Amino acid sequence: MTPLLEVLSDLPATISFMFSFTFMVRAIVVGLFVSLCAALLGVSLVLKRYAMIGTGLSNVGFAAMVIAGVIDVAPLAFSMPVVIATAFILLRMNESSKVKGDSAVALIATSGLAIGVIVMAMTTGITLHICNIMFGSIFAMTQADMYMSIALCAVVIIIFVLFYKQLFAVTYDESFAKATGTKVEVYKSMLAILTAVTVVLGMRMMGALLIASLTLFPALSAMRLCKRFLSVVVASAAIGIACFFVGMIFSFALDLPPGASVVGINLIVFAIFSCVSFVRQKL
Amino acid sequence: MALIVCRDAAFAYEGKVVVEGLDFQVGSGDYLCIVGENGSGKTTLMKGLLGLMRPKSGAIEMGDGLKPTQIGYLPQQTSAQKDFPASVYEVVISGCLSSRGLRPFYSGRNHESASENMEKLGILPLKKKSFKELSGGQQQRVLLARALCATKKILLLDEPVSGLDPVVTTEFYQTVEALRRETGIAVIMISHDIRSGVEYASHILHLQNRQVFFGSAEDYKQTEIGRYFLQGGELQ
Repeated sequence: MTPLLEVLSDLPATISFMFSFTFMVRAIVVGLFVSLCAALLGVSLVLKRYAMIGTGLSNVGFAAMVIAGVIDVAPLAFSMPVVIATAFILLRMNESSKVKGDSAVALIATSGLAIGVIVMAMTTGITLHICNIMFGSIFAMTQADMYMSIALCAVVIIIFVLFYKQLFAVTYDESFAKATGTKVEVYKSMLAILTAVTVVLGMRMMGALLIASLTLFPALSAMRLCKRFLSVVVASAAIGIACFFVGMIFSFALDLPPGASVVGINLIVFAIFSCVSFVRQKL
Repeated sequence: MALIVCRDAAFAYEGKVVVEGLDFQVGSGDYLCIVGENGSGKTTLMKGLLGLMRPKSGAIEMGDGLKPTQIGYLPQQTSAQKDFPASVYEVVISGCLSSRGLRPFYSGRNHESASENMEKLGILPLKKKSFKELSGGQQQRVLLARALCATKKILLLDEPVSGLDPVVTTEFYQTVEALRRETGIAVIMISHDIRSGVEYASHILHLQNRQVFFGSAEDYKQTEIGRYFLQGGELQ
């Protein structure tokens, strides 16, 4: 408990020390923007029962990263199109195919993992990085990642502002949205693509196994306490950012893996919000 | 011209005809009840009316300046909506979506129309309430208000009373009837509840993968098929 107390007792010093490292600044910038995007997109994903998509996509991203490492191409340039394509396949499967929603995601997620592990086993030398790919590393972020995450975040926020009413309608009631002439498929594809980009960008830092939780926890925590859609969206974004930042401080000060640390904080917030909501209902 | 004229229309999924011989019309102030068993083509016809499906043959024509996106649609509720965080106002104003198109945000006019329609249905005091915490009857009123935001001319109600208790069901029918009388809005309702259908509707359309009856509710009671189903009770 002593290191934890030390962190808390001198928070400003810890934070300024944290920002004195370039890699930390990059990691925090990327992480904050990715968390914000994930939290915003997460509201629709959770409410439309697409929550598992993030898991499916990140496991496929894992395979793509491993393959990119083996054939020696830029990991981002290779995995981005692969994961976006997977997102489209998942949406289609959700609608029409014989393999339904949750099974489709589980199928794709485990297949991605298996392919990644097979490729890794067949080549020697990269096994050391498996822990980084699975659980994330703050050293992984480059300057290009930083710019990309800023751009992604700008796109997500602009879309949320400009198409807020369509997103509400599509999330709340697809049949009604369709009847009013809204191109439901376009908005769903947009959600899938943006989720895919968010997952790929955030994956190397948060870890392939943990990135999906960034889309789930903030929205679910927000829904414990907020009853309007708009307040859920705003609260989810705020929770996503706050949990990331606090998680990073602990990760830095206590030398914990960043992804696990951020998810841990999210879990605590979710637990607290659930308790508050439970108590409020009883009163 | 009537609001909707269906001329010998047929609908098919992947080449397989689901419902055919559709030949009817709906005018201002009409109250058409579409009845038929599950799988008889009611939902397919509804998609056709909403412009989500093109007829394989024949035509559905809209008159009086009506567009398919200006039909006030009240769909069946999905399970996901039961725990959806949305205020009554957020739900109602989303009915203005089609009139606003791709322009961002809702206009002042949209906000007025949302408030007017909530007032009309007596749910203005519930404005800030959470939709999921309302009773079944109140929820249907909210969705009806949303439908009214989307239309001035015609409502399309898909099984609107399923899951409501008898008292609330009667209330709902009376609300729709009052709306129709006061505003002259046309109503198309898909329903299993054939007895209430005949009681409230002016016209009946009976489907059995083809149109077996279209005419006034009075005439329907006299036909063999009408008598059979009215005596047989629920059409399941």
